[in-house]
Amino acid sequence: MKKLLQILNLFLLFFILQSCNKSIVERNLEFTALDPLKTDINAGLWKPVLLTGPTEFPVAAPTATTTPAYVAEINEIKGWQRNLTESQKNSIAYWSAGAVLRWNEILRELVAKHNIPPYQNADGTYPFPSAGNPFAYPVFPFSNPPYAARAYAYVAAAQYDALIASYYYKKLYNRQAPYKIDAGVKALVPQNDLGSYPSEDAAVVGVTVELLKLLFPADQDFIQQKAEEHKRYRIIAGANVRSDVEAGELLGRAVAQKFTARARTDRAGSAVGTATVWAQMELQTAAKGEMPWISQDLPKRPPMLPLFGKVKTFLFDSLTMVTNISASAPPSTNSVQFKIEADEVLYYAKNYDRNRIEIVHFWADGANTYTPPGHWDAIASEDFVKQRFSEVRWARNMALLNMSLMDAAVVCWDTKYKYFNPRPSQFNPDIKTWTGIPNFPSYTSGHSTFSGAASTILGYIIPAKATVYNDMAKQASLSRLYGALHYRSDCDSGLVCGKKVGSYAIARAMNDGADF
Amino acid sequence: MKQIITTRIIIFLSLTFAFYSSFAQTDIDAIMMNKKQFCAGLMYGSNTWKNYWEGTNKRNNANLGTVSTKEYMIQGNYGIRNNLNFLFSLPYTKTKASAGNLHGMKGLQDLSMFLKYMPFKKEIGSGTFSVYTIGGLSFPTTNYVADYLPLSIGMHSINLSFRGMLDYQISKWFATISGTYVRRSNVKIDRTSYYTTQMHYSNEVGMPNATSFNIRTGFRSNKLIAEAVLNKWITQGGFDISKNNMPFLSNTMNSTTVGFNGKYTVKKDGNLALTGGLNYTVSGRNVGQATHFNLGGFYVIDFNKKRKAAAEKKSDGNTMN
Repeated sequence: MKKLLQILNLFLLFFILQSCNKSIVERNLEFTALDPLKTDINAGLWKPVLLTGPTEFPVAAPTATTTPAYVAEINEIKGWQRNLTESQKNSIAYWSAGAVLRWNEILRELVAKHNIPPYQNADGTYPFPSAGNPFAYPVFPFSNPPYAARAYAYVAAAQYDALIASYYYKKLYNRQAPYKIDAGVKALVPQNDLGSYPSEDAAVVGVTVELLKLLFPADQDFIQQKAEEHKRYRIIAGANVRSDVEAGELLGRAVAQKFTARARTDRAGSAVGTATVWAQMELQTAAKGEMPWISQDLPKRPPMLPLFGKVKTFLFDSLTMVTNISASAPPSTNSVQFKIEADEVLYYAKNYDRNRIEIVHFWADGANTYTPPGHWDAIASEDFVKQRFSEVRWARNMALLNMSLMDAAVVCWDTKYKYFNPRPSQFNPDIKTWTGIPNFPSYTSGHSTFSGAASTILGYIIPAKATVYNDMAKQASLSRLYGALHYRSDCDSGLVCGKKVGSYAIARAMNDGADF
Repeated sequence: MKQIITTRIIIFLSLTFAFYSSFAQTDIDAIMMNKKQFCAGLMYGSNTWKNYWEGTNKRNNANLGTVSTKEYMIQGNYGIRNNLNFLFSLPYTKTKASAGNLHGMKGLQDLSMFLKYMPFKKEIGSGTFSVYTIGGLSFPTTNYVADYLPLSIGMHSINLSFRGMLDYQISKWFATISGTYVRRSNVKIDRTSYYTTQMHYSNEVGMPNATSFNIRTGFRSNKLIAEAVLNKWITQGGFDISKNNMPFLSNTMNSTTVGFNGKYTVKKDGNLALTGGLNYTVSGRNVGQATHFNLGGFYVIDFNKKRKAAAEKKSDGNTMN
């Protein structure tokens, strides 16, 4: 009996120790201050996405560092630095990891928050969020994967263009950072030789805040608070004077106008379609003798953004999309092949395997998450941190990645609504799934298309990890079969199509001036 | 994406700590096994709900229909001393949704162990007053999926509990009250990030601790126990399920349940007993409005040879304190 008690005591001790440690390490708060290997001082000459050139929005020359106005700005920094609070120190630690990185994280958080499908009306119909009335339920937007992919792409591409312009003027005016000008200013971030006017951080803030007014209008208080904190950090850290920040922010806002103008006319606004459009898709598919997709939600929900396939892409035009990229037709729903594939899905539905479920849930990125594009941004970010890219290179790489992800969404959605294929659970109601079924047709798999595109461009950006990314994409793709959400041909075709999208990003990357 | 929005069936801990405790000699009643007595039991429990609270908003969900959990549990209680018992239980759990497409889960859930100590027992007035302290530990026995509410079979946290309990019995009538504090460990999930009211970049989820409060009263004799039970479970912290969202492990999960339990000793020697109970969730937050019932059978084995011999001679059925 004594022995039993001793064993019990040991057990208890072990579990007490286990349960007492409740601290959680958040990986993104472990990132250290960005200390680029290269300044990329000539980035002003890189190829922008929408700007006609780096001087499309001129930046006025800064005041000389010998003027009383500049000295006053230096004194502002000194004033802050005399009495740094803990929260100011934390702010420096957080923001110094990188402007592009942190704003991508903020965007991921907004996407996750708003990625919840609206609740039905009393009559079984569904309300749609309205950009014109963003606070009314359902709060605008419903940031589902296509919406999210587009948001990530616009923000990333706009940040890239704003930074090209910012770097152009940094080199032109070459006004050094306050910590270089005045020995009394402490550098609370790693130093570099890049000119500090206009501030690259403030350019990111300016351009991002403007775009988020359009993309997440109901979260302005949160966004503005982050923006103020970010700008203040640059001054407190001795990295910028106030006029650096003001010029950078103005430039960023100006660049944003190009992108918001494009966003208003890229056809995303009408991607929801109409009841007529939804009915037509079903009828056309049935007319071809194929089983049309039916929503698996109860009550039946209109298909998610059926006209998103018409949205204007970044990396290629619509003709190229149709001729060179889009997946060809899936197996007919009447074919033996289709039945065989459905049986394979049934096998994965019926046979629980803990390791497969882990894969399904790792890649699920469903409701209330940052979506598959956000997952690839998170993967990229954690790797980019180790690469020590300059801000402008961060922006360029995130732009390449996210333009690929958005274009992947467009191609995939175009295909989904062209073929309007039933989900496995619709074809065979015995098929139960290991995660929620998204509310759109089956062919091709969105996860596979996103992952093919992302892994391809990331393999170009970090060649040493190309195989790893490719394996991750394969796993993400198969996760949809394991989860009993997709047939194998949905996954395979999606992956192939995504890789083609990624190759257009590589073609752009090889000619944008960043890799010489 | 698909709006399978749902809720926690019932708090698994609450299942372990409150519902099953209504059977026979458990960690939450004022019944002790004598030294060297071992009581072993098998139980079946069923828990179903159709309506649930999404935060404070009560709703149902056509994508789930009725969510049911069936549990098959072994339970044991050994008398280390007359006033110190060791208890354990282990359920095999199976979940199912009657509508929608989400697959149910099944598997061995958490092993719970308790040390139950009665430091004080005295005749006061015309009745008997006794005091109990119970320390509990539960931990998952398998690598089951936790992050799949409401169809996961458990929460996968390691739990430490401490309970204080008072009991007063006059003749065959009794009342027991207890309060419990449960400390829950973090839980590891298959994802590398998750959103609560903000983004978290970790695969670890911080679980809110919990308190519970339990009152039971009724008739208690060697042959028959019939009692009414009220149980409150309150998480300390957590957050509400947002509108039409999925439930999550670290949600606030509060519930108040009421119910009845009975125990009937079949044979004259008092070794075999049958138990049953019915409980209903009257109010809650981020939990299902569950109806729970259970049936069980228990058998007492006496390792004290002298007493066993005496008991066989007298057949007095006195297996309880």
